[in-house]
Amino acid sequence: MIKAILVFNNHGKPRLSKFYQYFNEDMQQQIIKETFQLVSKRDDNVCNFLEGGSLIGGSDYKLIYRHYATLYFVFCVDSSESELGILDLIQVFVETLDKCFENVCELDLIFHADAAHQVLDELVMGGMVLQTNMADILCRLHEQNKMQKAEAGISAAPARAVSAVKSMNLPQQLRDMRLPDLPQAIKDLKF
Amino acid sequence: MALKKVKGNFERMFDKNLTDLVRGIRNNKDNEAKYIAQCMEEIKVELRQDNIGVKANAVAKLTYLQMLGYDISWAIFNIIEVMSSNKFTFKRIGYLAASQSFHADSELLMLTTNMIRKDLNAQNQYEAGLALSGLSCFISHDLARDLANDIMTLMSSTKPYLRMKAVLMMYKVFLRYPEALRPAFPKLKEKLEDPDPGVQSAAVNVVCELARKNPKNYLSLAPVFFKLMTTSTNNWMLIKIIKLFGALTPLEPRLGKKLIEPLTNLIHSTTAMSLLYECINTVIAVLISISSGMPGHAASVQLCVQKLRILIEDSDQNLKYLGLLAMSRILKSHPKSVQAHKDLVLACLDDKDESIRLRALGLLYGMVSKKNLMEIVKKLMMHMERAEGTLYRDELLTRMIEICSQNNYQHVVDFEWYITVLAELTEMETSAKHGCMIAAQLTEVGARVAQTRGFAARECAALCARAAASPPRAASREVLYAAAYVLSEYCTEEDVMRESISALTLCASADAGGPHMRARAVCVHAALKLAAKLLRAFELRGDRRSVIAVLHEILAGVRPLLCSEDMEVQERAHNTTALMSLVLRRLQPADPALADAPLEPPSDTLVDHEQSNGLEKNENGEINEEESSKSLSGGLIEEIVSLFEGELKPVAPKAQKKVPIPADLDLNQWLSRDRWSSDSSSSEGEDEGTALFTAPQVDAKPVTQFTPEELQMLREARRQEQANNPHYLKDDSPRSYQQDDIPIAEIALEVPLQVQSKRSDKYLITRENSKKAKKEKRPSKKRKNKIERHFSESDSDDGADRVGRPAVAEGGELPDGAAPSDDEQSLHDDPHRALDLDLDLPLREEELLSSRIQQYPLPESGLLIKKKESKKNKSSEKRSSEKSSHKKKVKNSKRNKEIDLMLPEIANNNDLGDNLLIETGEDNAPKNDLTIDDASDKKQREKLKTEKHKKSKKDVKDKDSKKKKTSKKDKHETKIGYEEALGISTPSKEVI
Repeated sequence: MIKAILVFNNHGKPRLSKFYQYFNEDMQQQIIKETFQLVSKRDDNVCNFLEGGSLIGGSDYKLIYRHYATLYFVFCVDSSESELGILDLIQVFVETLDKCFENVCELDLIFHADAAHQVLDELVMGGMVLQTNMADILCRLHEQNKMQKAEAGISAAPARAVSAVKSMNLPQQLRDMRLPDLPQAIKDLKF
Repeated sequence: MALKKVKGNFERMFDKNLTDLVRGIRNNKDNEAKYIAQCMEEIKVELRQDNIGVKANAVAKLTYLQMLGYDISWAIFNIIEVMSSNKFTFKRIGYLAASQSFHADSELLMLTTNMIRKDLNAQNQYEAGLALSGLSCFISHDLARDLANDIMTLMSSTKPYLRMKAVLMMYKVFLRYPEALRPAFPKLKEKLEDPDPGVQSAAVNVVCELARKNPKNYLSLAPVFFKLMTTSTNNWMLIKIIKLFGALTPLEPRLGKKLIEPLTNLIHSTTAMSLLYECINTVIAVLISISSGMPGHAASVQLCVQKLRILIEDSDQNLKYLGLLAMSRILKSHPKSVQAHKDLVLACLDDKDESIRLRALGLLYGMVSKKNLMEIVKKLMMHMERAEGTLYRDELLTRMIEICSQNNYQHVVDFEWYITVLAELTEMETSAKHGCMIAAQLTEVGARVAQTRGFAARECAALCARAAASPPRAASREVLYAAAYVLSEYCTEEDVMRESISALTLCASADAGGPHMRARAVCVHAALKLAAKLLRAFELRGDRRSVIAVLHEILAGVRPLLCSEDMEVQERAHNTTALMSLVLRRLQPADPALADAPLEPPSDTLVDHEQSNGLEKNENGEINEEESSKSLSGGLIEEIVSLFEGELKPVAPKAQKKVPIPADLDLNQWLSRDRWSSDSSSSEGEDEGTALFTAPQVDAKPVTQFTPEELQMLREARRQEQANNPHYLKDDSPRSYQQDDIPIAEIALEVPLQVQSKRSDKYLITRENSKKAKKEKRPSKKRKNKIERHFSESDSDDGADRVGRPAVAEGGELPDGAAPSDDEQSLHDDPHRALDLDLDLPLREEELLSSRIQQYPLPESGLLIKKKESKKNKSSEKRSSEKSSHKKKVKNSKRNKEIDLMLPEIANNNDLGDNLLIETGEDNAPKNDLTIDDASDKKQREKLKTEKHKKSKKDVKDKDSKKKKTSKKDKHETKIGYEEALGISTPSKEVI
């Protein structure tokens, strides 16, 4: 079982958090903080598994993470999950995000955390792996987005226009880094 | 109206949406909290609007704020409102918010029951899928009970997407509502062979999760999984199946034998590292479960270890880590094959990656032998010095102590070395927790290894002296606790004792270690103990001057403690002062040190006592040194020393529990009052020591004068009483420190000036030298106690070292007749406990899910569960009694009768349509009984059918069916396989 999925940036700011076991908000923040402290002090060339983390889990639990440019993707799993399997799952998750956002970067996750959640929901359900085939996931997402678009129709047009105007100055703010190492990471896929 | 709506829409268009909120937060980095508080207010206004779009927008923003750590549970009602919208867009927002913020104990969850049910049955598969995903995050017991049936319906939906999600969802339902497991299980089993690979994978996933906690209930599924394993190419699923087999093999060794071959093939053929790794893991599990006697057993071990070596040598740190992890599993059963790769593990100790070092540390446990223990510990000590993370330090110290103390100090040859290591560890900057561990080791070595006691005492004296000189740190403070004890208990050298008394009293004063040091009281006590021992030594020699000097010294040392703020220190200080001034008064009644002594001399008692000892009385204190040594203090010192007599032995951890209750002890009986009072007057608390202090006015007993013979008898009687009293430590052995004078190489105890080499290194060097010397001729000695040695092969050439190894006392004391065992099980709260159900029993009517009709549990539902339990118990009892074969015939005939009775029923039910159980569930309440009946019959007939096909499950089911009077399926099996099924507990022999 997966207990939690956390995405945060190099400064420990949460970008996506999903807990499959209940923790109250304060506890969630503490867990994110602790996990960040554990993960961030590790070099990039050490292994991707971490034991410990007193707040979440115990001896049966492991933190499995990957670091992409500015973002850490951390999965907290118990011993019933395969360690390398979860690493591949993180890869699938990131690749799917990349496909959905077309060259995903931290900003996409900042402004579209809901969309990222939708991707995650197709990947993992209630702490168990649901689907690992990227084509399938993309197809499901596409169909759901189509439904959403069909619903929006004309009534949402003015709102969209307004939001387009509001977003005009957005490019200037796009200073955050891209994910340059993603193509390489895709090549490294072992699964 | 429409105009108003459009107008409302238009106004709200300029509300902040999620993007605006995020942007706003980013632009207000300095006063983020203030900005968010403002946004919260806006959101609250928006939530009050009628327009669902506005509400959805507000909820979306709330979800984002929740991620930042803001509590949004106050908006639960609004979230439910948005979830219930007809639009998919809003539903998505609502369910996302719900999955992030709801939990099983949320209030108002019952409001969602019907809405979620509606969504689950929606036309659009994505709406149902959305509901399932959301529900999986916050399902509660009530929701699980009420929706179990709907989710089961979805398990046979035509859409694979929904089937997949429903199957996964069922696991969550089981966790919250274990009663659903048995009725849903046949369907779950069916899904293992679903045409859609995704559904199959989901079903495998769920069964794996279930089987992980209660593997024995899923053994009957082994054939299905075996088939899947040999046919599937989906690595995800293969990994899960292989993991599942890893959990099943310990219960069924025959399964393991079947598995070895396909798994070995997979290991050779697969290119996916994850799969390779899991295969190795399961092979290891198999090897552990069979242990030996299988053809190719050694080859399999070899294959695993070789593959793991490749993993560990890989440049990829992840593989290295996993390789070490798997190695530690092999280590437990095949230490020899792992020890061959000692070099690799030791190299990993120097890895830059902490995770890997930790793993390697875990492996060290099996890597040490007598030969290399010192080297390894030296290496770890070096790591300890430069380790920065507390976690790693903790682990290092724990491991170090673990590898040294494992198997009753099996690998430690030189205990002086070990004590030096412990002392060095104390000096390092460590936490109080470590102090406790080191302290425990010190006392344990002291108690178990009689030969090193002298050395340990000296080392402890040095520790105490250091603690007295400078305020001890957290770890040393804890160690001091043990050091004071070991020192006072085992010390025999007068010089050391003499020096330690003042050091100990210094340690006990508050400024030495802070007010909360628990060692302080022990220090006072230890000082008294040492003083008593010293006094006796001097007395025997007749050295009156030294006796008085010691008395002065301790009285002076303890005086500041008389008004210590620590209660226990104060009390012990008073005790010490009283005892010591008694002796002093006897020797030198006019001594100035007695001026402030609080106690009046109970002289008459003492005199009598002395007379009773048959000793010559000399009241003037002018003692001739030529006289009998005892007359120095008139036996007083002897009495004081006897306070500390008796050796403390290691006690087994469960000894207290094993003390048998005396036959004549009736706890229900009232304690009679007169008995109580008479008991207390002659209770065990009275000692010879206390007799000394009973003030004449308090003393109720007339002081009688005993002849020496009488006194001897009384002493003997008291000793006897103490021997039978479990509260006394048995005094059957003479104090060992009195006679052991082991030749110990002279060692400079002072801390060496050079920082580079540790004191413990010396032992390593001498060892190496002696080894070189021994190399020419090495006597091959057989060890006497082979049984206790687990890694006997590895250090068979250590025989030479054993000569010098001191004996280590084993085990601990237990009350007579009690055997050491660990039958106690820890109880903890685990939802999986409730899921430990026998899945092969046929369903009973009351178990079927009919949630639509019974929205609320019937009043007797609690009874049902109990009934179930008792039935189960009965059945298991039966199972055991079944083995007695002479009863079989009776049962058979009984069963045949049953079958006859049931036949017509089955015939009647044959004409039922193909309506599924779930469809019948949709009927209304009045038809309740009937539908359930139909459904159960239908189910059982379905089971019958599948059973015919899967003969493999027959034997297990057969057994179960015997005990179930209501089951109707026995008929077939009794004829085909009843007799042979008896002895076979699992279907694995028919796996392939």
